Amino acid sequence: MNRFDYVKPASVAEAIAAASAPGAAYLASGTNLLDLMKGNVVRPARLVDISHLTELTRIEHRENGDVRIGALVRNADLACDQSFARDFPAIAEALLSGASAQLRNAATVGGNLLQRTRCAYFFDPASGCNKRTPGAGCDAREGDNHQHAVLGWSEACIATNPSDFCVPLAAFDAVVEIEGPAGRREIALEALHLLPGSTPERETVLDPGEIIVAIRLPAEARAFARHARYLKVRERNSYAFAVVSAAAGLVIENGTISHARLALGGVAAKPWRAREAEALLAGQPAGPSAFQQAAAAALRDARPSGDNAHKIPLARSLIVRALAAAAQGTPSRMPALPASPFSSVPGVHQ
Amino acid sequence: MTPELNLSRDPAHLRHGSTIGQPLSRIDGLAKVTGRARYAADNNPSGMLYAVLAVSSIARGRVVSLDVDAAKAHPGVVAVMTSANRPPLQADPDGKPNPFAFRFEALQNDRVRYANQPIAVVIAESLEAATEGAALLAPRYQAEPARIGLDTGEAYVPPVVGMGFPAESHHGDAAAALAGSDKRITATYETPAHYHNAMEPHAIVAEWQGDRLIIDTPTQGLVMMRARLAELFGIAPENILIRSPYLGGGFGGKGLMAGAQVLGILAAKLVDRPVKLVARREQLYGPFGHRSPTRQTLKLGANAAGQLSAIHHHARIATSSFEDFYEAAAHVTHTLYAAPAISTTYDAVRMDTGTPLFVRAPGIAPGSIALESAVDEMAEACGLDPLAFRVKNYAEVEPATGKPFSSKALRDCYTQGAERFGWWERPLKPRTMRDKDGFLVGWGMGTATFHALMFAGQARAVIRRNGSGVVESGAHDMGQGAWTAFAQIAADALALDLDQVTFKAGTSDLPDAGIAGGSAHTATVGTAIHNAGAAVITKLAELATSDQRSPLFGAGNAGVIARNGRLLRRDDEGRGESYAEILARAGLDEVEGSGAGMPDPAANEHYAMHSHGAVFAEVKVDPDLGQVRVTRMIGAFAAGRIINPKLVRSQLIGGMIWGVSLALHEEAIIDHRSGRIMNANLGEYHVPVNADIPAIETFTVNEHDPFVNPLGIKGVGEIGITGSAGAVANAVAHATGIRVRRFPVRISDLVPPVS
Ligand SMILES: Cc1cc2nc3c(=O)[nH]c(=O)nc-3n(C[C@H](O)[C@H](O)[C@H](O)COP(=O)(O)OP(=O)(O)OC[C@H]3O[C@@H](n4cnc5c(N)ncnc54)[C@H](O)[C@@H]3O)c2cc1C
Ligand code: SF4
Repeated sequence: MNRFDYVKPASVAEAIAAASAPGAAYLASGTNLLDLMKGNVVRPARLVDISHLTELTRIEHRENGDVRIGALVRNADLACDQSFARDFPAIAEALLSGASAQLRNAATVGGNLLQRTRCAYFFDPASGCNKRTPGAGCDAREGDNHQHAVLGWSEACIATNPSDFCVPLAAFDAVVEIEGPAGRREIALEALHLLPGSTPERETVLDPGEIIVAIRLPAEARAFARHARYLKVRERNSYAFAVVSAAAGLVIENGTISHARLALGGVAAKPWRAREAEALLAGQPAGPSAFQQAAAAALRDARPSGDNAHKIPLARSLIVRALAAAAQGTPSRMPALPASPFSSVPGVHQ
Repeated sequence: MTPELNLSRDPAHLRHGSTIGQPLSRIDGLAKVTGRARYAADNNPSGMLYAVLAVSSIARGRVVSLDVDAAKAHPGVVAVMTSANRPPLQADPDGKPNPFAFRFEALQNDRVRYANQPIAVVIAESLEAATEGAALLAPRYQAEPARIGLDTGEAYVPPVVGMGFPAESHHGDAAAALAGSDKRITATYETPAHYHNAMEPHAIVAEWQGDRLIIDTPTQGLVMMRARLAELFGIAPENILIRSPYLGGGFGGKGLMAGAQVLGILAAKLVDRPVKLVARREQLYGPFGHRSPTRQTLKLGANAAGQLSAIHHHARIATSSFEDFYEAAAHVTHTLYAAPAISTTYDAVRMDTGTPLFVRAPGIAPGSIALESAVDEMAEACGLDPLAFRVKNYAEVEPATGKPFSSKALRDCYTQGAERFGWWERPLKPRTMRDKDGFLVGWGMGTATFHALMFAGQARAVIRRNGSGVVESGAHDMGQGAWTAFAQIAADALALDLDQVTFKAGTSDLPDAGIAGGSAHTATVGTAIHNAGAAVITKLAELATSDQRSPLFGAGNAGVIARNGRLLRRDDEGRGESYAEILARAGLDEVEGSGAGMPDPAANEHYAMHSHGAVFAEVKVDPDLGQVRVTRMIGAFAAGRIINPKLVRSQLIGGMIWGVSLALHEEAIIDHRSGRIMNANLGEYHVPVNADIPAIETFTVNEHDPFVNPLGIKGVGEIGITGSAGAVANAVAHATGIRVRRFPVRISDLVPPVS
């Protein structure tokens, strides 16, 4: 373990000042960061503990219909906020499909956005990992890469982003509110994470010292509330990261799709918004043929990065299923096993 | 006069008010759920220091340097123990005094033989300081290429497998029989390395008092561990006290002494203060044993009517580079199905891993999933229902030896299990059942089996002047409920109510209870307790029947029975007297008797002894996405006399969950280059969670076994895994039409290519 400073700022402004020093990291609930520190995977020189900043713990339902979620809202609290879950059911479902009840009670939404990849070689300081140590090589390439990326990966890094929450956020045009030494800015969640390219160590567009203060969902995204699902395929039926996941939202008028939203998880270093597929869906009757076309389009550029070719047909089938489930209508209550394929009535089986 | 006269021939459980057979809750349950039960690592003797292991990140090579100075300079660090300064041992850790003494690492040199091997111990005033000190050691290595995987190096035929079975055995001529068979299948199945993953990590608190050694550590074999330590430290066994009242799970991983326990004791010696050493979760994936990966090839032959003609079961297994332990994966084939020709063969490779060890249902668990899969494949080839096929090939005698079974109520398990499950509705053809939502549904079954073993164990029983009893045996409660089951047997053995008997266990100064493993602990210690009780009652009866003042005078021992703290005349139950009265008249404070439990060589010579069962499973599989869910499981078991149905049910359910795990979840992912285990934590090493497990139904069928031991106990600790893993695998095949032969079954095995 590294020696590090620990500071507990009294405000966001103080936090930013404290975190502008080199090697500083924000500490929210630590369910990811502290694990990585204990494993000697990351070695911040300074921990800026923001967990007590109550100014970041509110869920605001604004008059214009936007919802603004403070970065320190707990995953469980957001998922269980009645009006949030009603307006953004797929996001609530994604949250409840993540981790375990204990972790969801602790984990913050800001921390969820910035959680690191679960690539086992990244977690193992004795392995070569370009993300951890630029230039050290990527031991996943010739190693166990059953769960690695099929989209947007590079020779330098084939890791995936593990977040469930980010997938519907990307689909529904969430905006991330950021404050930093240079002031405030907002970016689309879709633009928050970077693909690895030749610099996999750089995972987001955040600059040193920048803090996520809130996540905002635009009022328009509520239009999808009646037809929105998040589905997650996993190797056990709970408490497992996604092999592949999909968030789908539709607006259906007289059987015809007028607007569609689609994003994938578990396939790339970022939540993967499938815009081309969305465009294909708009204007088509909500049915298998449109869903299959959309699925094919979403995976057109996919290629295996190792022993993971199965993810491509899997992602295609999951898209079809998620769209069909969304078309069928958002369930009136949260399924007992959120996001499980066993909680979606397939309806589209051959 | 034989001690059994009073009890064995008139089984204690038939006594009115018998405690055996009652579904009592664990007597230690309340202490456990309220946190009062003190596990090894909960002990903090005064002056205690904390020891932390530094472990290797390479799998093979040498430690070239350790920054001991940096570690020592850290505030709170008291000492760093390396191969340069560790106190001497009186026996070589690489020696092999007996087959149960595994070679281990105790900093004897700078060699690294597997990843996570201890390479130093840092001892400090606090856990934090010791942890930091260990990190500061910053080891440098000279690494050699790790040998990982079942194809590494030259395969060889191991000298023996399991606990001394021959690595090659032939009953009939399997090759010829296969060649002449109408139907033949050949299939290869793979299972990965499994780690025990008990909730309680290996831990030791060691304190030297001169040359006396006091240890708190979880062990499944108190006296065996004591003997090994005595040898290593050159002190008399009586000078060592090991306390192990509770284990937070053992599963075989705490069966033999581990090197890290020795390191804790050496650390205490080095600093001359009590020391606590607890392995961190990831450190459990190395020095503490695991189940070898297996690759098993089964060749089955049958005639046109579906009668098996031959089975050849070959297993490739792995052991470490420095020790021999060979998972006896093929041996299950010796006992289960009636084929006239049976061959089992093995070969092995050496890998740069820790030495494999017994893991719950050693040999049988991986062997059973392969055999049960292959039997289903053959049933399908013969066009027969899997259960009908198994019944057709029912072994009336043990196939590989021709011995009759001491008891075998497997037919009842098949019949009753099938009926409760509704098995006979099952369509033969796979991929034909769907639920209303369109999910694929599959039904599979497997035969469960586990040998009914006994080791050697002792117990002491005392009746005190007030009529109450004390029974002692150094038995082990791994969470299976030994405290309760043995107290029940003790109560019956003394013909007293449970609350009149004090049962003592869990320390090495009590009579040797053998090892808690092999599903043999209840049979072994139960028999010892039963015999100790009989001995003490016999003494009481002698006192009474030879005393003219007793109403029992002249009845003769055989004419007396014990009931509710009294001895009664068999021919006139109105005449009798209490234990207290007998002792008072004799002027004795107490009477004592001892008893042993051990296998009866004559019975073993004549009979094959096994528990059996039939497990039925239903799975649902998403046809497009390949995700599997077990939705129903029923297990019917024949395991001799049931001492406590509630504890037995828990054991069986727990075993069946392990079966689900073997089929669908569990796998240590070992990087084939570095030899490191990439998922050495309970987040990524998957075992089933609640959402993976349906309501499991288990029941036991009546089985009276007069040969296994006087109480008719066969053991239930491991059998639940066997059969279950195969049942789930077969259900997946039935649901999908896809036969997966590499376990665990993964989504990638089942997800269809997009049309
Ligand atoms: C066993 C296990 C299973 C899990 N399973 C899942 C799963 O199935 N699905 C899933 O989506 N997640 C899963 N998770 C991940 C979990 O969701 C994250 O650990 C959690 O959301 C992180 O939140 P936190 O508040 O604890 O963040 P921390 O650990 O405190 O921080 C995480 C990162 O975010 C940074 N950070 C935190 N807050 C801010 C902020 N406001 N501004 C700038 N930077 C910030 C920190 O510096 C750090 O780099 C799992 C985690 C574990 C341990
Ligand atoms: S895939 Fe990325 S995170 Fe994983 S080892 Fe390679 S570089 Fe590191």
